Amino acid sequence: MEKIGKYKEWKPDLWRVPSACGLSGFINRDGGLVSGEVIIDSMRVMNERGNGLGGGFAGYGIYPEYADYYAIHIMFESQEGKHACEKLLEDNVVLEKMEEIPKETSERITDPPILWRYFCKPRVEKILECGKSEDDFIVDLVMSINTSVPGSFVFSSGKNMGVFKAVGFAEDVGEFYRLGDYRGHAWIGHTRFPTNTPGWWGGAHPFNILDWSVVHNGEISSYGTNKRYLEMFGYKCTLLTDTEVMAYLFDLLIRKHRLPIEIACAVMAAPFWKDMDSAGEEERRLYESLRAVYGGALVNGPFAVIVGFSRGIIGLNDRIKLRPLVAAEKDEYLYISSEEAAIREICPKPDRVWAPRAGKPVIGMLKDGV
Amino acid sequence: MPDRFLPSEFIVNVDHQRCRRCKRCILNCGFGVFDFQNMTTADSSKCVACHRCVVFCPEEAITITRNPLAFREHASWDVGLRKAIWKQAQSPGMILTGMGNDKPWLNIFDHLLIDACQVTNPSIDPLREPMELRTYLGRKPARLEIEYDSQGKPVLRGAVENNIMINVPIIFSGMSYGSISLNAQRAIAIAAERLGTLMNTGEGGLHEELYPYANHIIVQCASGRFGVHSKYLNAGVAVEIKIGQGAKPGIGGHLPGEKIGREVSGTRMIPQGTDALSPAPHHDIYSIEDLRQLIYALKEATGYKPVSVKIATVHNVAAIASGIARAGADMIYLDGFRGGTGASPAIVRDHVGIPIEIAIAVVDEQLRSEGIRNMVSIIAAGGIRSSADVVKAIALGADAVAIGTAALVAMGCRLCQKCYTGNCSWGIATQRPELTSRLDPDWGAERLVNLVNSWSLEVKEVLGALGINAIESLRGNRDRLRSLGLDPATNEVLGVRPAGM
Ligand code: SF4
Ligand code: SF4
Repeated sequence: MEKIGKYKEWKPDLWRVPSACGLSGFINRDGGLVSGEVIIDSMRVMNERGNGLGGGFAGYGIYPEYADYYAIHIMFESQEGKHACEKLLEDNVVLEKMEEIPKETSERITDPPILWRYFCKPRVEKILECGKSEDDFIVDLVMSINTSVPGSFVFSSGKNMGVFKAVGFAEDVGEFYRLGDYRGHAWIGHTRFPTNTPGWWGGAHPFNILDWSVVHNGEISSYGTNKRYLEMFGYKCTLLTDTEVMAYLFDLLIRKHRLPIEIACAVMAAPFWKDMDSAGEEERRLYESLRAVYGGALVNGPFAVIVGFSRGIIGLNDRIKLRPLVAAEKDEYLYISSEEAAIREICPKPDRVWAPRAGKPVIGMLKDGV
Repeated sequence: MPDRFLPSEFIVNVDHQRCRRCKRCILNCGFGVFDFQNMTTADSSKCVACHRCVVFCPEEAITITRNPLAFREHASWDVGLRKAIWKQAQSPGMILTGMGNDKPWLNIFDHLLIDACQVTNPSIDPLREPMELRTYLGRKPARLEIEYDSQGKPVLRGAVENNIMINVPIIFSGMSYGSISLNAQRAIAIAAERLGTLMNTGEGGLHEELYPYANHIIVQCASGRFGVHSKYLNAGVAVEIKIGQGAKPGIGGHLPGEKIGREVSGTRMIPQGTDALSPAPHHDIYSIEDLRQLIYALKEATGYKPVSVKIATVHNVAAIASGIARAGADMIYLDGFRGGTGASPAIVRDHVGIPIEIAIAVVDEQLRSEGIRNMVSIIAAGGIRSSADVVKAIALGADAVAIGTAALVAMGCRLCQKCYTGNCSWGIATQRPELTSRLDPDWGAERLVNLVNSWSLEVKEVLGALGINAIESLRGNRDRLRSLGLDPATNEVLGVRPAGM
């Protein structure tokens, strides 16, 4: 039986809400910094793809002065929740700085929760005690806040990056969080069209764990399989959304299992047997082993995702491309979006525009040394 | 007192106007119902309703009806109970029976409903898009290591060893030569080869003639060790240690001497005409560490072929399965309490064990909670009756299913449950040459291939409706099942939400 836990209580209508969406993202591979205003402009074009029930962004490279600290963004339902959560934080991390996340008052974004951010490092004695890496420690901490501290929800936990999301149209969400004040080398954005009205801020995209952020359009038919697979590795899917599963899969495959990005993508959107059977022996064996071992991580059903992480962005479609995804390049910029128009809005004359093939990732990485 | 204290179960009626006295019914009936004295006569008391005569009578002259004899109703004294007492009062002993549990226990599969896509998530048309059922059985590492070589090509460090690839997640369950005929085994072997799946020898050894099908055979090593020798162990693609069987958990087996003719005796390596007695436990396995030794002994003997351990699903199945996984098994074969048998005491067949649906759910969950699910493949058997059951078993968490009864039904079996008599009119559960010769292995194989191919089509159709194009995305995907009419505790155990939630 699903443990619905506090999310069901906090917002009782949240139950794996199917939704359609619009996505956009870009990276400057030289590491040049771009204002968050640009991703808002791109998202505004896709207003039609949302219905005002969820929008959000992730920016990379936005906290250079705290680059070595985990930037934990938390939403609280109440002051009591905040106190309980801060107590838990103080027990586990050294806080360098804590502050309210700056925001605009806006007519179009109503009823915000309490939004704070904490720049911190795990307590050394805690790390020694548990014998885990700092990243794993933070993952556990995030999981434990999100499952057991009532009315608290961590929505961003990476370094030198941050997620900003809310109930509303993407462009309004961006303005609410004053994204124009931030500059990053990569941005991803999302607007959401859920088919009922969850109206819970945590349910908006991107979903994040450590520096992995995922914006996603689609519905995962293999959700139950993927969720139970991830649980074997200690992930707790608390949000009952497909996208959360995507974020954890990237974290597991690339960070924990150290699979190359292309290979992780070939696990999640596996090539068909009919194509592999005719491939060379070595290649066939590789993909056969991948599917035998990582069958639980195969993501089935329609999806297009853009994933942000510290070194780059990835765009990926499901194995039969049931959701739109377009990519474009201009000089050191790589753009990925649900719609070409959203790219042309911020890059009118790209050098190259293409439709990535089903299951084939588009990867934009910071250049070595950046 | 009359000899026939018990009334006949069925009444056989020959329409003498239609009968042309060809005597085919006499030849065909394995139970000696028919005789000829000026005209065809029938002794209804011997009829088991196996329908062989009905199918072969050229004139459709034979009808078989249930004996309409009325018994005084009694809600707790079901007629079956009264008959059992009459039988045992007449000749002492356990009541023997064949096939699987025939009692009307709750069938959980029939209370599970499958999901489908609508609007927000497109279904996939299996006629236009690939639908992948390929399955790998065996132990898998929790992760792979992949590096790039100097040319930037991904290279696998270490590999997945000793997995068996099957084209469909349906294999044939263990039915021994002895309990079934060699022709029945031949049919299954040919079908397994043509389908790209597996058969299982059961505990009766492997007849010389079946060695050519070795790439599609799991050889069994059971408590009687019948027919076990090094060539045999190395013949198949995997070895199975049979601890128990769903139809008779906790007890041994008994193949009567009449069934041990020359060929069976040669294959089983026991003298002709002697009873083949399988002890209840393996006498070298009295605890889990003993099992571990046998698993590794078999691995050593076979150059590390995968080892499967077959158990009957009993109350504590989850913990037992976890022990088996940790003892080094590569597959766990779960045989539910509806599993078939050549012979079993009715009390055990009908009252011991738990349903396969529950067993799959708790074993899968237990192995996952311990983080060792990848160490074994789960094969679910004992109650798989249709492609819908296949889908539900896999969604609950099985890697593949095994079918026994369904395969026999495809070859003519009428579930008359008289397998233990050795008189099977369909040439399946018998060693009588005049009966076995009537089962043409090629004919049987074709029917098995048709059946499994039909089920595969149906599984693909349902996967398409679920918006899934690979069987691994169904595996353990309990999210796509809902229950109807099950109690909350059972839902909890199954990990399935009730319809509407
Ligand atoms: S098979 Fe039919 S036609 Fe032939 S003897 Fe029997 S009842 Fe008569
Ligand atoms: S195998 Fe033969 S004896 Fe056994 S139930 Fe089927 S038809 Fe009857």
